[in-house]
Amino acid sequence: MSATTDLAPPPRTDAAIGPWRLRWRRFRRHRTGMASLVILALLVLFALAAVPMQHLLGIDPDATDLLSRFDPPSAAHWLGTDDAGRDELIRLMVGGQISLLVGLVATAIGGVIGLLIGVTAGYFGGRLDALLMRITDGMIALPLLPLLIVLGAVDLTKLGFSSDFAHSTAASFWRIIIIISIVDWTSIARLVRAATLSIKDRDYVRAARASGAGASYVMPAHVLPNVATPIIVALTLTVGRVILFESVLSFLGFGITPPTPSWGNMLNNAQELVTTAPGLAVYPGLLIFITVIAVNFLGDGLQAAFDPRSEQ
Amino acid sequence: MARFILRRTLQALIVLLVMSFVIYGLIGLMPGDPVDMMAAGNPGATPEVIAHLRAIYGLDQPLALRYWHWLLAALTGDFGFSRTHSQPVLEVLAPALWQTCKLMVISFVVSVLLSFTLGIIAARKPGGVVDGLISLFAFAGISVPVFWLALMMILVFAVDLHWFPASGISTLGEGGFIDQARHLVMPVTTLALATTGGFIRFVRASMIEVMRMDHVRTARAKGATEARVVLIHAFRNALIPVVTVMALSFGVLFNGALLTETMFAQPGMGKMIYDAILGNDFNLALVGLLFATLVTLASNLVADLAYGWLDPRISLK
Repeated sequence: MSATTDLAPPPRTDAAIGPWRLRWRRFRRHRTGMASLVILALLVLFALAAVPMQHLLGIDPDATDLLSRFDPPSAAHWLGTDDAGRDELIRLMVGGQISLLVGLVATAIGGVIGLLIGVTAGYFGGRLDALLMRITDGMIALPLLPLLIVLGAVDLTKLGFSSDFAHSTAASFWRIIIIISIVDWTSIARLVRAATLSIKDRDYVRAARASGAGASYVMPAHVLPNVATPIIVALTLTVGRVILFESVLSFLGFGITPPTPSWGNMLNNAQELVTTAPGLAVYPGLLIFITVIAVNFLGDGLQAAFDPRSEQ
Repeated sequence: MARFILRRTLQALIVLLVMSFVIYGLIGLMPGDPVDMMAAGNPGATPEVIAHLRAIYGLDQPLALRYWHWLLAALTGDFGFSRTHSQPVLEVLAPALWQTCKLMVISFVVSVLLSFTLGIIAARKPGGVVDGLISLFAFAGISVPVFWLALMMILVFAVDLHWFPASGISTLGEGGFIDQARHLVMPVTTLALATTGGFIRFVRASMIEVMRMDHVRTARAKGATEARVVLIHAFRNALIPVVTVMALSFGVLFNGALLTETMFAQPGMGKMIYDAILGNDFNLALVGLLFATLVTLASNLVADLAYGWLDPRISLK
């Protein structure tokens, strides 16, 4: 019987590794996806470097100095200064924090809205499903940008907020997050609904329901794990879209209010800057562009890793 | 079929109605109101006068009632007066619409031609070098902030190279066809680049899928030339989902047009809506937004109809 005991352990099969390890393995082979992940990590580090750099160079990102407007790059100001004499590099870093944070938080909130609507519609079906899906269709049919501009133009004092709060940075930060997340949840909702529909009548889900499990148990335990991968891909792509929306709204003056920088509002008067200081018109947009393209390639890589059939 | 169109039209009208109320309400929440603006230009306006003016214009009434009055007037074709243009709203809208149509139609055609060509080339050898480059171009198009792309176009082609004018639709005192065309080059290029990315990805994905099908293999086996296989046998079938996606992308195209027009100072719908919101021109902003919604809804309906027309296997219910 020694022949069997001497056998090496069987090679680990895909099933033994677990689905997430396997997905990670496939993702690591996706070159553009991995490159994007690295670029995004670097961008996050760049944004987080704002505070240490401020101390290192002794610069306040909001301090204006009208005597040194449009200074060329120097040892004190590595990328020069902007139209108010503020350090461009530090503002790009702080602006990055704001832009990335808006992208992540608005996506998270929109994702939760989409998840709730999608699961509810798919699980309960019937009239509720029809109503929710008509609302979703209606949302998808809307011209989003003009609508976001109107939402961004809303005067918060007319909603009963104090004038101080209405003009604060915090208000502009949360307002842009809320207005983006209440319009950008439709793709998640549709995805989740379709997945819920296909799962809710599988035998194991029926068995769970027959044993008395209610919606509050079945959804997190059986439905969500099965829709996790397409949702992660869709959420990734949403982050890119949200960052673009943030930049556009802030650029047009309906987003993050200056002096707090965001990559979008740093381009506020870029149309005039194009002739005087082209660099100031280039850097913030370039960072938005690199971030969003990396996010989109990351989504592509995740898609390939999660759904191997899509890559054949 | 007729029932399908009827039902979808009804649905679209409901969406439009709901939106008109939402936008009406939102516009009331924008800074200032018409009476504030009259008072601002008139130091003699006492609070009593202001209250009186509010009563005259019905601004002291509840939102729902004001909306009802607006709706009744709108249904008879009376959309009110534009504050900033001092003209009836529809008279401001018409020329802007024509301008936007020009921009959007030309950009759309450029974008469709470009994406068909590049998408088909990319799908010939998925994973190859050419496919990689085209994919990079497509991703760049999806990811670039349109307003920044416009800025960079201005920076390079207007400020540095002086090839094209940076803004406006014609040079003062000229305005011939060539002159107008020169003014359209940069806006059209910007808008086309911004929409092509998504299209390329759809054409490519659809082509790759169709190229794997049996009928394509059969065509090859029968000795059809490669051009015939790709363009006749594969492309025709790949078109079906692509056409739908393209028609559905009207919203993206309109978003892009709003930004392109604003950046290049083109007096179209997008810039008109933007200026109307900035200038507290409530009537104009409201009608502009509703019109944009209406056209988007109509294009979605056309997308569905085109889908059924291209693919007889689908029956519209």
